[in-house]
Order: sequence, then C-alpha cells, then structure tokens
Amino acid sequence: MNSRESVLLKNADRPGPAGIDEYGEWGGYRSLHKALSMEPGQVLDEVKKSGLRGRGGAGFPTGMKWSFAVADPQTQKYLLCNADEGEPGTFKDRIIIEKNPHLLIEGMVISAYAVGAASGYIYLRGEYPKAKDILLRAIKEAYEKNYLGDSILGKGVVFHLHIHCGAGAYICGEETALIESLEGKRGQPRIKPPFPVNEGFSSKPTVVNNVETLANIPYILEIGGDEYAKIGSPECPGLKLFSVSGHVKRPGVYELPMGVTLREIIYTHCGGIRGDRKLKGVIPGGVSTPVLLPDTIDCPMDFFHLGKVGSMLGSGAVIVFDETVDMVKVCLRITKFFEHESCGKCTPCREGVSWLRAVLERMSNGSGRGGDKDLLTEVSNNIAGKTFCPLGENAAAAVQSFVNNFGDEFKEKIKSG
Amino acid sequence: MALDNKILDEINELKRKYEDERSCLLPALYLFQREYGWLSPEALERVAEILNIPKATVKGVSTFYAMFSHKPMGRHLIQLCTNVACMIMGGERLLDILKGRYGLEPNLTTPDRRFSLVIMECIGACDTAPAMLVDTDLHGNLTEENIIGILERYE
Repeated sequence: MNSRESVLLKNADRPGPAGIDEYGEWGGYRSLHKALSMEPGQVLDEVKKSGLRGRGGAGFPTGMKWSFAVADPQTQKYLLCNADEGEPGTFKDRIIIEKNPHLLIEGMVISAYAVGAASGYIYLRGEYPKAKDILLRAIKEAYEKNYLGDSILGKGVVFHLHIHCGAGAYICGEETALIESLEGKRGQPRIKPPFPVNEGFSSKPTVVNNVETLANIPYILEIGGDEYAKIGSPECPGLKLFSVSGHVKRPGVYELPMGVTLREIIYTHCGGIRGDRKLKGVIPGGVSTPVLLPDTIDCPMDFFHLGKVGSMLGSGAVIVFDETVDMVKVCLRITKFFEHESCGKCTPCREGVSWLRAVLERMSNGSGRGGDKDLLTEVSNNIAGKTFCPLGENAAAAVQSFVNNFGDEFKEKIKSG
Repeated sequence: MALDNKILDEINELKRKYEDERSCLLPALYLFQREYGWLSPEALERVAEILNIPKATVKGVSTFYAMFSHKPMGRHLIQLCTNVACMIMGGERLLDILKGRYGLEPNLTTPDRRFSLVIMECIGACDTAPAMLVDTDLHGNLTEENIIGILERYE
C-alpha cells in the first residue's frame, strides 16, 4: 500500500503550485471530461459507491449529502468548499491548495455538476494569504481554459467559482457558521434542521464539502467508485491525509489509506519519537478529539475504529507528545483555545469553557484545590449535549480525556498547591 | 477622498460576486483594513453607508472576527502561534525573546510603530512548529536564536 502513487499530494514536494498546463500533463481535468460525458446522477452514483466520507471532521457520507441537495425541489443550488482549516494541528488542506489548486477546482466543478449547482464559493481562512493568491490565479486559468464559466467545455454546463476569505474565527469551520459568515454575519451556528442541503446559503440548497473531500472526487471518477471503495478500511474506505506534528522525527502531511494504524504513522512514516524518547500520548484528529494513551496506538485510523477507543478521526491531525510534556499544561492550552473561539451564542459553552479554563489555570499554577478534578467533570457534563454545535462538547470531551488518561498528573497539581 | 473612491470601485466589483450585497461585508472590511491598516470607527461607518447596513451591525460583525483590528497597528504585524503543536515545540519561549528585544507584548505595538504582536490560534504550519506569520509571510522552525534575525528584515 505504501508504494501507491500519490493522488492528493501528487508532485507536492516540488516548489510552488502546479499551473494548469502542468496539471493537464499529469492527466488533470480528464476526470472532468469524463464526468461531463455522464449524466449528473451517474456521477453521484460513483461517489456513493466509493464510500467517501467527509474529510473535514464529521465524516458524513458525501454521496448521501449530495443526494439530499439533489432531491430538494428548489432549482438554484450552491456548492461551498470549506477551506477554513482551523482545527489546531491540521495543515493538509493548505498543501492541496498551495501545491495542487487545480485538483480542488476540478473536484468542485465535477461536484457542482453532480448536485446541480451553478455557483460556488471557496471559504478560505484568513490565515492563509499565500493560498488565496494561488487560488485566484488558478481560478483565472480555469476560466481561460473553459473549465469554469457559462458553458464548461462547450457543453452548456454553468459553474462560477469565487473565493471568500474568513477573518480568524475557528467556528466558521462549522458549516452553518460558515454560511452565516459568507452572508456577512457573525459566524454563529444555526440550529439544525433545516440542514444546509435544504436551506443553506441565501436559503437555497447548499452542499458544503471540505477541501480534501472535493480533491478526492477526480480520482473517484478516474478509477470508479467500486475501485476506490477497495482502498483502506472496508467500513470507511479511501485515501486520507494525516497532518503529523509534535515530537516525531519527520513531521508533515502523509497520504495513506484509511485504517493505517497510529503506530505505523508515528514509527514507520514519521520515523519515531525525537531523541528516541518514550511516547506519552497522542491526539489523533486535532485538539477537538480526545487524547489517547500509547496502549491504543494499534487502533486503525478511521471514523469507525477510533470511536471504539474513545476518540475520533476528526481532521486526521496527529499531535504526538513525548514523555517530557506537561499534560495539564496542554489541557489548559486546548481549553484556552476553545474559550477564545466559543462564539458566545450558547451559555453552557460560553460560560462553561471559561470555567474549565479557570480551574485548569489554577491547577497548572500549582494552586489547585481539592475537588478540582471532580469540578472539571461536573462542568464538562453541563456543557455536553446542551449546545447548538459541537464546539463546547468537544472542549468538554477533550478535557475529560486528559483528566481520565493523565489523572495522576492532575492530582499532583492539587497536592503541590 | 480618492482612496475611498478606489475602495468604492472595488466594492462595486465585489457586488457582482454575490446575490445579496450583505455578503460583501467581510470583503469590504478587508479592503478598508488593507488601505488604512486598521478599522477606525469612521471606516466602519463608511462601510455601513456603502452597503446600507446598520452601523451597529457592522461593528458587531467586525469585532466578532479576530483578524480585524480596531486600533492602529504597527507597520508589520507579527502573528505568533502558541497553540498546542507550537507550544510543545517552544513557541511560548519566543514571547520572552520578543519582549526582551523589542519590549513587545501580545496585543501591543512597539513605540516606534514598527511591530504589533498578536497571538494566533494555529496558523496551519504545525510541521514547522513553532511558526509565525509576519504580514503575509510564513516563517517556521523558529528558535530563540533565529527569530530576531528574521524580524530584523522588516523595517
């Protein structure tokens, strides 16, 4: 499996972005030609058969999401690309955009054709100014070659694509908050239902897909849904990008089949722990996902198996901690992040996460009080399940995972206080 | 003002991208910030007028987003990440270096207006942690030894 030629990271080790001619030489936009020779419903069927699930974090089946939008009787539909890659530890979408912008554009045009969307936006996080310039140039090239516009490839298919920049709000990665932000509002999540596939941008049926999800589409068309479904885990197949950071010898983005184990990622692909120190813990999918102990690293990395060991695949952002790390401090930093990024709409999240931060801060300072560990649990339980979106719930679950897995370190902070 | 006319043209161009003018709000705020370096109360009022959105709404939206500045900034903006990956790779120690060399602290600007410092929540450069953005340039693999050399290139 390791010898598989890169798809999403094709030629990504070269400096600079691939221009449209270069992308064409590698076979780029061939899948678009193929897709436009099929009926939209046939394209949708291939994606359904592929078993592709959303790569942004939630893992919702892509084909199913598309079919809901297709089934909505309103004719004006939108396709939005979620490029608000804000989950701490994640830097995979940036590589796709900065190295292979046309892969994303081709994926979007095919997807728009399948769902019947005539216009789309890439919601790009404000922290990626270089990616914006690269995308603007690539979109211009695609218009010139008739891959975007009023009659794509002369077949009368319409799709217009624009970039919309975020301005530093993690919550806008949540799809309804993203839509609010695109509409010029504060990025606060909406209550669901209605789901965006029925009532999204400008109240029209809207499909929101992550960059990596869309970048998989040309390959699915190329090899067919059935072949794609044979890659990696049978439960949730396909290619996955893992952003690996922290105390490994070779941090970076790795394209691997779903279901690769954390052990393989850390010790085979990333060369093991720096200084050959001992592994203390690992966050498998960004700071929103519960931390794992070394004895669980043989778990396959996919949406299905990580749930069984009490965590989640999230965005596939692996953060590795060696034995020197102060886990109470890490837990505090994560909680500060969620406190800063809570949009303020739901009281349990807005107030509760601040409380968690305050308790962790005093523990980290060595002035924890007896009962603080239980207080963290109590406050966490009053956030989970009581909010519009998963932000507060993820903060609570992250804190609980640190307290449960590294309880002795937390106790130590009380004793010494 | 001539400058405002230029922005007006750009906003009119923006309107063609969206069905509803309200969607132009964030891009319009970006345009004013690009021209003036920050969003003054007057700039927010201008945006409200141009897009016909209540002033309070414009302020409410603008202050929601961390990357809009509502006070004057230095010539160069240092956006230093201290989130988990950068923290465990030594990002927080860089704050002491910035304080020692430039007297610079988070959310402040040096008296000579050369640098402003903002703490970031992950800038997606975790493989080269610790990392920072200076204006639009990304710098990774920062150390206590190399950060000053990098910043000295920004006058």
